[in-house]
Amino acid sequence: MATALRRGRTWWAGSVLGRHLLVALLGLVVVVVVLESASDFRNLQLASMAYLGIAAGGLTVLTGLNGQISLGHGALMAIGAYTTALLLDDRDAGTPLPLVVLAAVAVTLLVGAVVGAAAARLHGPYLAGATLALAVAVPGIALYFKEQLGGEQGLRVVLPDIPTWVLDLAFFVTGQDLTRSRYVACLAWLTLIVTFVLLANLSRTRVGRRWRAVRDDEVAAELAGIRLGRARVSAFVVSAAAAGAAGAMMAITVRLAAPSGFTITLSLTLLTAVVLGGLGSLGGALLGAALLTFLPQVVTDLGVDAGLSDIQAAELAPLVYGLVMVVVVLVAPAGLVGTARTALLRRRLQRAGTGTSTSTSTDTAAPTSTSTTSKGTTT
Amino acid sequence: MRILCARTKVVPVTARGAARSAALSEVRLPPSTSAPGPPALELRGITVTFGGITALSDVDLAVTPGTVHGVIGPNGAGKTTLFNVACGFVVPERGAISRRGDRLERLHPHDLAGLGMARTLQGLGLFDRVTVLENVLVGADRHARTGFLGSLLGLPRAAREERELRERATDVLDRLEIGAYAARYPASLPYPVRKRVALARALAAEPDLLLLDEPASGLGAADMDELGDLVRGLVSDRAMSVMLVEHHMDLVMRVCDEITVLDFGRRIAHGTPDEVRHDPAVLAAYLGEEVD
Ligand SMILES: Nc1ncnc2c1ncn2[C@@H]1O[C@H](COP(=O)(O)OP(=O)(O)OP(=O)(O)O)[C@@H](O)[C@H]1O
Ligand SMILES: [Mg+2]
Repeated sequence: MATALRRGRTWWAGSVLGRHLLVALLGLVVVVVVLESASDFRNLQLASMAYLGIAAGGLTVLTGLNGQISLGHGALMAIGAYTTALLLDDRDAGTPLPLVVLAAVAVTLLVGAVVGAAAARLHGPYLAGATLALAVAVPGIALYFKEQLGGEQGLRVVLPDIPTWVLDLAFFVTGQDLTRSRYVACLAWLTLIVTFVLLANLSRTRVGRRWRAVRDDEVAAELAGIRLGRARVSAFVVSAAAAGAAGAMMAITVRLAAPSGFTITLSLTLLTAVVLGGLGSLGGALLGAALLTFLPQVVTDLGVDAGLSDIQAAELAPLVYGLVMVVVVLVAPAGLVGTARTALLRRRLQRAGTGTSTSTSTDTAAPTSTSTTSKGTTT
Repeated sequence: MRILCARTKVVPVTARGAARSAALSEVRLPPSTSAPGPPALELRGITVTFGGITALSDVDLAVTPGTVHGVIGPNGAGKTTLFNVACGFVVPERGAISRRGDRLERLHPHDLAGLGMARTLQGLGLFDRVTVLENVLVGADRHARTGFLGSLLGLPRAAREERELRERATDVLDRLEIGAYAARYPASLPYPVRKRVALARALAAEPDLLLLDEPASGLGAADMDELGDLVRGLVSDRAMSVMLVEHHMDLVMRVCDEITVLDFGRRIAHGTPDEVRHDPAVLAAYLGEEVD
């Protein structure tokens, strides 16, 4: 009986793609329902949540699963965005949108491979410094090549007309015409779902397991036959590819690729989202992106309702934001999703522990072990 | 060569291994009596210096297939360094390493698994933020063939392999009687269990040469006895060869077929436990310490 149960679990755990596609399908239904009922303004907000989520998802894989920190993911997004802008420079550009996104991913991936190869030799503060340099350099490049990259003003992004079959399909599914904002939001969320399924696949199988092994103990990982450099570079490349997709979505959402959009703040914002949600957790990355997108607005509205002037209310947002960050780090150091999962796991273990052995439950109650453990798990 | 053992289990063993398993409980044959195949691992003339210190000087060691080879010596004698040479972590200044008669020109630690070698670390080196099962799965990684694309797309082939690996890992955990801890995180487990997890991770690779770095440190008498039986079992049932660094003399004397004694980076003695025990050079090196 116990073995049958365990075999069943083994099967469920092994059927990676099926499980992830199921979750993705559910996600798609929710997305369609939400976007369909949201206003144009909200749709654009949701689109920006999606592109932040995509980039944060890539970053959480790099930092959470492989232990590499990057302060340069904003710059990688910029590379994706500028590639998109260069390909979508006027209405008759003619390149199909999926190809544009793939090109943005490919270019960012290449840059990621170069940066990742350098990063694989660096640790901790050196890695942070090197990626920080990237974050500073990339907007600088855009400023330097004024002719090609538009300098301070940046490049305008011209969204191609929505294909007729998409319009028809949207009308068929939702019963109303597809606005451009809703179209953009749909694209961004579709990209997010695809990216997350792929990232979750990697995380749950051999590749992700090797990344975690390298993160936790280099010597032991090497003895198991893992090449440290390859594992690190591949994590960086995957993460960069996600940032490229995010950049492409950002470009078509804000219809602009300009240096001001890709300051160091963006990179820090992404890192914040990842830490808030819980390192290594894709759900956490999404939650972090949601907080980043909506919290300032909610706080400002509350401030105005409470009788503050507009300016005062606007100043409230960063304050509350900082407070949330501090509270999360103090109370839930594994991030929101990470901590929730740990609590759940502890409950389950305690329930199982009472039946089998007493040592099981007492061991899990030790706070040091449980608070750090579930950081590395995903989905 | 395949022969049928008394355990009614067909296992490939060498001539020496066959003699061994038949005569296991009675006499331990001295390693030189029958002609063994090429050594599972051979280190010849290994010299290593760190700055001014000579950590190893012209050390020879050969692990006879299907035997346990102990490496002992006082603190700082160079035992760990010798292990590090065998694993590719330290490149010797002089000397050659061969595996089953094949010279290994430049050994890298990540080649070890592919060569059918596995090593446990003195400091355990468990992956602390993944479960016990995942730890063992990493050990079993050399049996995996899934490439990046298979992993990325979650291809059925990858999923099937994942299931196979999980079963393999679960079996190893059950064999070491720690199956109940599969879903736990290492940091939450008592030290002896963690040691077993480290061993399970090494065994999951199904190596034919196992390098154990102080496997008994921190264990109680009962656990140590079980460890001894387990190591003997690996050799007799699975035709594995074992190289073992250990400070607990009683365990070394009980488990090893051959012993190499190091002192100040030199090999001062080599032979069966009985020969080594009574070697005057060994007694001198261990002056003040108990040999048995
Ligand atoms: N990386 C290193 N750099 C410099 N010296 C080293 C290094 N590794 C080992 N040594 C020196 O080499 C000598 C042998 O060390 P080693 O660790 O191999 O001894 P050991 O036999 O394993 O000792 P113990 O029983 O204490 O573990 C010691 O003098 C040690 O200080
Ligand atoms: Mg040592």
